[in-house]
Formats: sequence, structure tokens, C-alpha cells
Amino acid sequence: MLEVRGLHAGYGALEILRGVDLDVGAGEIVALLGSNGVGKTTLNNAICGILRPTAGRIAFAGEDITRASAMAIVASGLIQVPEGRRVFPDMSVRENLELGSYRRGRGRRSANLERVVAVFPRLAERFAQKAATLSGGEQQMLAIGRALMGEPRLLILDEPSLGLSPRLVEEMFALIGRLNRDGLAVLLVEQNVVESLAIARRAYVLENGVFAMQGDAVALAADPALRRAYLGM
Amino acid sequence: MLSPDILLAGTINGLLTGAIYVLVAVGLTLIYGVLHIINFAHGSLLMLAMYAAFFLWRSTGIDPYLALPLVAAGGFALGYVLYRCVIGRLSRGKDENILLVTLGLAIVIENAALFFFGGDTRTVEVSWAAETVEVGPAFLPLAKLVSFAAALALCAALGLYIARSDTGKAIRAVARERQGARLVGIDVEATFAISYGIGIACLGAAACLLIPSFYVAPTSGHAFVLVAFTIVVLGGMGSFLGALVGGFVVGVTESLGGLLLGESLGQIGIPLIFILILLLRPAGLFGSRA
Repeated sequence: MLEVRGLHAGYGALEILRGVDLDVGAGEIVALLGSNGVGKTTLNNAICGILRPTAGRIAFAGEDITRASAMAIVASGLIQVPEGRRVFPDMSVRENLELGSYRRGRGRRSANLERVVAVFPRLAERFAQKAATLSGGEQQMLAIGRALMGEPRLLILDEPSLGLSPRLVEEMFALIGRLNRDGLAVLLVEQNVVESLAIARRAYVLENGVFAMQGDAVALAADPALRRAYLGM
Repeated sequence: MLSPDILLAGTINGLLTGAIYVLVAVGLTLIYGVLHIINFAHGSLLMLAMYAAFFLWRSTGIDPYLALPLVAAGGFALGYVLYRCVIGRLSRGKDENILLVTLGLAIVIENAALFFFGGDTRTVEVSWAAETVEVGPAFLPLAKLVSFAAALALCAALGLYIARSDTGKAIRAVARERQGARLVGIDVEATFAISYGIGIACLGAAACLLIPSFYVAPTSGHAFVLVAFTIVVLGGMGSFLGALVGGFVVGVTESLGGLLLGESLGQIGIPLIFILILLLRPAGLFGSRA
């Protein structure tokens, strides 16, 4: 579904990604792991059309989107929930969700609104509240709900567990699993290695702009090199 | 001491003038809220719109109040194109560049107006401009009453549009969270251009409402834009409600200042209330602390 080949990207003279190949198949959860500053968000932004890659190719659902605008990419159903949530702080929860269908799924806005509220009943209780007044966990729900309003075919989640309490992290991963069981493909960008490998089918480990390890999530979880580097074992 | 009747009349007069200030300031605050820059070209574009209303009246005899939709639409188109072709392109995504580009635009527009239209002041004469209406103790010019009602109606319509429509929501989304807006597929550049266009459309409307009771010359914009800056800052940068309340505060202050202290010393009223409000509320009346 998503196909990244030989991707190079960076900021000015600083090259962050140095040749990356990545695939996400239909209905898959793929984890993209790595510590802070290795280029996870850069890869994300390159895929979503926020950052122009310097070389390489990105295709989504058979279409080349390497040079496509962020708008066109959203319209094609590749939707990102960004790190730091990026909800619209002075707009109500309802308005935030409505804007999720700005580019895609506008015709089925009310039906999708009901669907999202069914997934996140907490948001319904806060419908008229400004997004800035929500707790971190609720804002994360709102950001995911907003993305779901656009009827994604592939959802990219950038650090969804960041800043959440351990219990909420649990809930978040359970939710991602549920969304995936309903057929949604997910690219999960995370620092939380254990939880991510537990729900992903495959995983990539990014180090200094290239993939240091990749493969089946179960095999990676058992890999001694990964356990040493990321789990301190 | 002045009689209460005169004070009341002065207050009403200030409110009437204030409504036009509101319209000019709403455009400025909208552009600030979305683009995060002060539009230095605001005054010269207002002047240009006043010339448009003047020339429309002189060539076709159309009443400036009736020409309002036309001049406002023209203002929107001009603002949209200016942003797309000049401001957005030259600024290369840097807010501080936009500031300089709008300042440059102001200089170019003003001198072009001087070159093409000359330095004479011009006025529009409409038959009913001199008519007055008795309201309580005051005799109010009909032109000002009409412009008051029209300015308020336009502000209400604009406020509703920004609150309810999808484009309005996109404008508000871009104003506070550009990255988030991009990720839901909002065309951020187009939203900038639309916001700038709406800001200039407000000037087009204000120009038509102003011209029957004012005059136009290449420097006409200065007086209004300084007042509009004051309003936007004392109301709270980027706040719609702030521009509304601020416009009336400044209009009344100016009118009463003139009554109590005389035309020239009365001008001190606006800076005085400006400093006073900022001392008490540094972010302005309705400003949020960033």
C-alpha cells in the first residue's frame, strides 16, 4: 500500500534520511522504531508531503506521491496523526473533528462523526469544549478522531503514547489494535519498543538515517542486538 | 462644563465614526491573526479603495453606498491576487519578510496614486449626504447612520462566516495551528490569500461608507491606519471582538476628546486611553497571552 524506495531527505545541507526503503501492506500494523533524533519524524513528514525529499520515490496505493502536495496526499487517504497532536486549540472538539473531513469524507461527515464518537465516548462529553482545555490523553484521542474523520486508508501515528500515563499508553495501544482489526493499515512511529512490537506485524528500526534492523515483529523482539540497544537487556 | 446633551451627542457621534474604524480594524486584525504580520499596506489599500469608489461615482454616477458590494468584491480579488503573486511569493514563508513586503507595497501604492491621481483632495457629493436625522438630543448626519448600520451588519456577517463556514473554520485552524491544518488537507497558502482578500474586502466596504462624508487624497489612508493599529493592539492582536469593542472605544474617545479639549489637543485622547488600557491589560482587552 505504501512503498518507500531509496528515500533521502533533510533540511538544507543537513541530510537526515540517507536511503530508506519501507513498505506497509493493506491491513498491516508496521512499527517504525528508533530513539529521539534519528529521523522518524523527518520520514513521516516526507511521506505526508510536508517535506520535499531530495531523492527517492514514495508511492501510495499504486500512485507516485513523491512530489504530491500535503492536500493531495490527505485526499488519497494517507493521513497522519502528528507528534504533539497539533489539534486546533481555540476551536471546539466538534469543530476539530469536523475539520478532519475538510479534504476527504466531507459528504459522510455526520455518519463519521457518530462513528468517531462511538470509538471515543469521552470526546462526546467534551463536544463544546475548546481543544486546549482537554487533558493530554483526550487531546490524543481528538487528534486520532480527527484523522479518522478523513476516512484514512493508511493511518500514520507519530508517537501516540508520548506524554501519556502508563494506563493511557495501555489503552492507546489497545485502541490501535482495535482500529487495525477493523481493516485499517497503520504505520506506528514510536519510541515505546516493547508495546509497539507486541501489536505490530513487522517493524523497522531507524538509526542515523538508515534502517539498522527490520523484519518480523516477533523475531525482532527476540533479537539480542535490539534487546541490548533498546531494552537494556 | 459641557451640558449632558452635548456629551451624549458627542458619544453617539463617536460610536458612528467608531463603526467605520471597526471595519478597518477587523480587516487588519484578521490578517494579523492568520498571517501573524501587521499589514503595512492597509492604509494605502484603503486609500485605493476610496479612489475606486470616487471614480466609480464620477464616471457612472453610482452612489458609493450602492457600489459597496462591487468595491468590496474588487478588494477581495485585489487582496487575493496581491497575496498570491506578490506577498506570498516574495516572503518565501518567512513572516518577517511579509512585513517588509507589505511596507514596500504601501510605498509603491501611495506614490503610484500620487502620480496617477495627483495630490488634490477629492470628494463625492451625494444629494442626501447633508441630510440629518434627529436622534434624542443629537442631529446626526444620515450618511453616518447608514454607514454605522452597514458596518455593523458587515462585521456580524463576517463574524458568522468565520464562525460557521468551512472556509471560516479553515481560517481559524490555520491561524493557530498551521501544521495541523496542513495535515487535515487544508490549503494553507490559499487560506492565507483568502484571509488577506477578506481583510482588503473590509477596506473596500469601509471606503464606500467613508467617502460620502470624507475626502480622498493619496495620503488619506494614514489617518485611518494609525487609528486601526491602535484599535487592534488595544483590543488584543488578532481578536475579532477586540477590534469591535476597540473601534468603538477609540471612536468615542476621539469624539469626546475633541469636545472637551478642542480639536487639536483632543487628539491626545486616543494615545492616552491606549496607554491606560495596555497598562492594565498588556495583551489588550481581549488578547490572549501567547
